[in-house]
Amino acid sequence: MSMLQVKDLSIHFGGVKAVQNVTFNIDAGIVYAVIGPNGAGKTTLFNLITGVYKPTTGEITLDGEGIHGKSPNELATRGVARTFQNLQICMNMSAVENVMVGAHLRLDRNLVKAALRLPGLKKRDAELREEASELMNFVGLGQYVEARADAMSYGALKRLEIARALAMKPRLIFLDEPAAGLNPKETIEVDHLVRKIADSGVTVVLVEHDMKMVMNLSDRILVLNYGKKLAEGTGEEIRTNPDVIAAYLGAHA
Amino acid sequence: MKKSVYNGLYIVIAILVVLPFVLPNSFYVDLAIRMAINAVIVLGLNLLVGFAGQISLGHAGFLGIGAYASAVLPTHFGWHPLLAMAAGAAATGLLAAVVARPIFKLKGNYLAMATLGLGIIISIALRNEAQWTGGPDGMPVPAMGMFGFELTNDKQWYWVVAILLSVSVWASLNLIDSPFGRALRALHGSEVASQVVGVDVVRYKVAIFVLSAVFASLMGSVTAHYVGFVSPNFADFFHSIELMTMVVIGGMASVYGSLVGAVLLTALPQALATFEGWETVVFGAILMLSMIFLPKGLVPTLAAKFGKGE
Amino acid sequence: MLAQFLQFLFSGITVGATYALAALGFTLIYNASNVINFAQGEFIMLGGMLAVFFVQAGLPLPVALVLAILIPAIVGVLIEKLAIEPVRGAETVTLIIITIGASLVIRGLTSVIFGKGTHSLPAFSGETPIDILGATLMPQSLWVLGVTALVVVALWYFFSRTLQGKAMLATSYNRLAAELVGINTGWVLFMSFAMSAALGALGGILITPITLTSYDVGIMLGLKGFVAAVLGGLGNGLGAVVGGLLVGILEAMGAGYISSAYKDAMPFVLILFILFFMPRGLFGGKSTDRV
Repeated sequence: MSMLQVKDLSIHFGGVKAVQNVTFNIDAGIVYAVIGPNGAGKTTLFNLITGVYKPTTGEITLDGEGIHGKSPNELATRGVARTFQNLQICMNMSAVENVMVGAHLRLDRNLVKAALRLPGLKKRDAELREEASELMNFVGLGQYVEARADAMSYGALKRLEIARALAMKPRLIFLDEPAAGLNPKETIEVDHLVRKIADSGVTVVLVEHDMKMVMNLSDRILVLNYGKKLAEGTGEEIRTNPDVIAAYLGAHA
Repeated sequence: MKKSVYNGLYIVIAILVVLPFVLPNSFYVDLAIRMAINAVIVLGLNLLVGFAGQISLGHAGFLGIGAYASAVLPTHFGWHPLLAMAAGAAATGLLAAVVARPIFKLKGNYLAMATLGLGIIISIALRNEAQWTGGPDGMPVPAMGMFGFELTNDKQWYWVVAILLSVSVWASLNLIDSPFGRALRALHGSEVASQVVGVDVVRYKVAIFVLSAVFASLMGSVTAHYVGFVSPNFADFFHSIELMTMVVIGGMASVYGSLVGAVLLTALPQALATFEGWETVVFGAILMLSMIFLPKGLVPTLAAKFGKGE
Repeated sequence: MLAQFLQFLFSGITVGATYALAALGFTLIYNASNVINFAQGEFIMLGGMLAVFFVQAGLPLPVALVLAILIPAIVGVLIEKLAIEPVRGAETVTLIIITIGASLVIRGLTSVIFGKGTHSLPAFSGETPIDILGATLMPQSLWVLGVTALVVVALWYFFSRTLQGKAMLATSYNRLAAELVGINTGWVLFMSFAMSAALGALGGILITPITLTSYDVGIMLGLKGFVAAVLGGLGNGLGAVVGGLLVGILEAMGAGYISSAYKDAMPFVLILFILFFMPRGLFGGKSTDRV
């Protein structure tokens, strides 16, 4: 059975049908890409699966358990992580603190213990800071550990979001255009980073416009157009699918 | 957040220890006590407003509940003052917890409206239930005593309040640099980002709202016993605004800013007493000018100016 | 029974009309700048106090009334120029404190200049009550309702039929887009403060013969106007009018049938209750955050 199953998923905003009857499955351990022209509903699909929006109709199951309509924080407890197309970094915190927030669910969040600064909690926090620094190294932000988030470049913040998501120790991670707005060198670095994440055993779902990166990384690809599923298959199948060529790749070729 | 933030705590404690020996007379001791009481309230409010990014325009209502619990329960029912204080805090916490769930689904100006309304309802109730509260005239409060010892003179009060303040500063610093505090600051920075990493946003807002309300209630009780009198002004809208202004003038999301804000705004009415009849005008003008020229508050502005090497 | 009900209803819609004007003032400024102007109530107070002062000084009523509207409008514009424009885009709390500072300055100055006494204004067309099904309606109430209705129609015409009105509406939807198509959004801000101060002052003048006035009536009137604006859904003009009337009626009914001591608390109980179930007021619609 597939890890994530999406069946007949739809959401309407007033009269706008942003996602319509989309069905697909994602197996554990693969890199799965969602592509499509601007406004095709890719980010909306992410928002639906990660609980930010509630679907109008349809089902989403994770490991056989229905998760549609659950809130984002409930999904976080099930090992679902994500990044955002428009950066969602906490600019009022330092870079490493942003990553530490990612480990929220793995920590003792007791208010009283925190106010009394009990030694156990303090020690755990120091370990976490160490772990978060290592994660920042992993995504290539080693030099920014002590930086304030609002002093970092756009490209660095994109990777900071990935580090925060990884701090959750997720099983399934949704990356929403991780390479958007990056220069070619940074794009290659992100490409390698996604490969490393996938190799570490995390299932990756990717929205990306950079076709080279998508073709290079993905095991399977879903193509959306006007909120509907246009095609799904391996890179090769998508590349040769006449509908896709007409609707999407054709514009680029 | 670095270890150095605790250095400020040592300075605060040092000032609190030295102060009674340098203050020239009881007028200043009284002023210092009221500053410290306000500072504790503002610390709690800043956790809600500055760190978690929420608004409360009704916090004086909670203060009023605490103050009146300490006045009414011992006077009419013969409760021990400490028990009355605890009952006031418990009632405040319960009220805050019950209303917080629906209130914190609201944002921005709608949240401002709801908290403002809550505060006003409390203050009107205190004003109207004259058979218990003395109505608009207020009522006297019995002295605070424990274990056969009565808190009567200002020096005793000073040390009690100084210890409360030091502990509050320490606890606030701890809280901010903890998983709980990071979750609070994160939901201020990006609500959706904190949700997707697992922060139950409404729960955290409720928790910090209840905590700051209970702080206000406890300090309302302390004020009532210290002043020996309560009046509905404790709970009114304008007092809520004063508390909020202390947070903003000192600096949002700044522990030491809370102290500076409380000190300045507690002293201001004393300083303005010389402007006979014009106090309100000058006070209003100062509020406007400080917000226009120091929108980030004193402490963060100064820190940014002098702390570049950090 | 019916007579009593009608009596409460009349007094409710009369006061409600004043709240509606105040709520429209909140709405105008909110739409132009996203600011909740806590000084709105002071314009109501100022309108009433200035009218009293000018009439006592011997000015003919029409001249006194025009001045009592014009001066608050100038005060409104001054607040905008001196205190709101310099801090564009500041945090909600900062803006709230600025406008409360402004309200304190206005109130303080009024008490210094006119004293702390309570004042009244003669009714515009006599005090002979009109009998309707056993309830009495004061002629001044007709003035309040008639003028409010006229203002609402005029505002509707302004916003739906004139270029200036449409420019103001466009700015409230999207400031940047409005600037790009050449709308002078500075002018829009200026106009909205002038208009909302004038609306508040007008309400204050009309109601003063019925409720009396003094330097400190502004805060409660303003807060109730804010309740009315939120009740209708912030930014919604029609909602503000409906909200104002509802708040007025509820208050009069509550005072009559439940408890007059808790009259001032009723609007706030109502708004809390409404917000618990409709987080954006009666006509506020639903918003979706884009992420």
